[in-house]
Amino acid sequence: MAEEQKKIVPASSLSPDKVHTWPHLVKAEFIVGLISLILITVWSIVIDAPMEEPANPTRTPNPSKAPWYFLGLQEMLVYFDPWYAGVVLPSLIIVGLMLIPYLDINKKGVGYYTFTERKFAVSVFGFGFLILWVFLIIIGVFFRGPGWNFFMPWQDWDTHKVVALTNIDLNIFLAQHLGIDLLRNTVVQAVFGTGLIGAYYLIGVVFYLWKVKKSPVLQELGPIRYGLTAFLFLTMMALPIKMILRWTFNIKYIVTYPWIGLNI
Amino acid sequence: MKLIQLKEKYEEIRKVVVDSTVWKSIFRHGYKDTPRNRVLMTASNVFLHLHPSKMRRHGIKISYTWCAGGLTFLFFLILTVTGVILMFYYRPVAEYAFVDMKYLQFDVPFGMIMRNMHRWAAHGMVILVMLHMFRVFLTGSYKPPREFNWIVGVILLVLTFLLSFTGYLLPWDQLAIWAVTVGTNMARATPLMGHEGPLAEQMRELTGLITPRYDARSLLTGGTIVAAPTLLRFYVLHCIFIPIATAVLIIVHFWRVRKDGGISGPL
Repeated sequence: MAEEQKKIVPASSLSPDKVHTWPHLVKAEFIVGLISLILITVWSIVIDAPMEEPANPTRTPNPSKAPWYFLGLQEMLVYFDPWYAGVVLPSLIIVGLMLIPYLDINKKGVGYYTFTERKFAVSVFGFGFLILWVFLIIIGVFFRGPGWNFFMPWQDWDTHKVVALTNIDLNIFLAQHLGIDLLRNTVVQAVFGTGLIGAYYLIGVVFYLWKVKKSPVLQELGPIRYGLTAFLFLTMMALPIKMILRWTFNIKYIVTYPWIGLNI
Repeated sequence: MKLIQLKEKYEEIRKVVVDSTVWKSIFRHGYKDTPRNRVLMTASNVFLHLHPSKMRRHGIKISYTWCAGGLTFLFFLILTVTGVILMFYYRPVAEYAFVDMKYLQFDVPFGMIMRNMHRWAAHGMVILVMLHMFRVFLTGSYKPPREFNWIVGVILLVLTFLLSFTGYLLPWDQLAIWAVTVGTNMARATPLMGHEGPLAEQMRELTGLITPRYDARSLLTGGTIVAAPTLLRFYVLHCIFIPIATAVLIIVHFWRVRKDGGISGPL
């Protein structure tokens, strides 16, 4: 019906809500561009770009901070080994971002702002972007000082601030508190830790099997799309979980594989 | 009396100029405010024809797009122009790099403003890319048929980070080399390909490679530390390789916006 109507109605009255790009859009673009150019020029005249003393490979500053947009990743180095925080997780972030349009099959919410129609998508992305990315950057820029210790922005960066932290692996923590000395064994902890991580990802599988019959959303999603979504989501949530474990129990690794230099 | 004569004279000259072959070869049409001419203004201009000639009122609202994507492009252009000017004065050699920065700061007319603009616009572009991406997510604009353009956008986000990161090293001051040391040190922990990463020993036994001199980090730094070879590598990446890749993908990105039905809007 709507298709037929379009053919009959003359082009001029086809879409009353259409406007000519020139001048309506071009005018807006020009004004916004001009204002931005003025702002960046004035900013550049008034504020000088940072410049420190010449590069000196023999004098390491403390702290060494990456460029601000990478400080979220640098913050993750506190909670994970560099192979994971610096290589695997960034790669997963990029791949995960690319997969979004193929995993999110909700047809609603195109072309307008809505939360109610996309609660899960907006919450997860908002959490990932605003908390795990922007918030961690703010922490890294303003609250991290020598030794990557916490400093308030108004506090002196006293290099003698000693944080007595004895980070221990999860198996040692449990061995101490539960008295199971078997957990101190390298092989036992590896099996135990692998089991724990397996169980963590199994939450996703269990949730699927539990809900799939009653949930049309899960049925439409299918096992592959659901599996990828659950994997990425659980991997993302591993960061705050590991942060909390570190802050509250000083736990360093969930599992270590000393034979291949792998710690998680 | 004289005024009318002047006006006539002006009209005469204007006609000669506007009717000339040269004028007509450059400007295809006049400036009349008619619907047809408004369309022509967009369609016959090489820069403006990125746009459709007509668009929905919804799409030109700043509250919808935040202008973030367009401003990202504007900042890319600012960076290209200021960057090329900086290239006149800067040598990517460890002995000269810092001195050339000082030369820009104190001797080159407007040198410091050029450098400031390049630096601040780079930060601005990183922020704008992230804002643009956030806006696109919130409005569901990556949904069909725009899935692929979202992927192009993610690659452009990564390229923006890489552009900014490779540029960070070039001033060759303490801030630069240590920030880049932090960044490149992570590469030595790459699984399989970094000499301190998981399975590195096994790979070394297997291939004889993956030593501190030959691994994922040395590929970036050209050595075992951030030194002169790193500066040259980052300079070439920063000024040639990544900008070209970025420019090509920006073209694809814009082309796709048009081909996928213009910027997103309610159905």
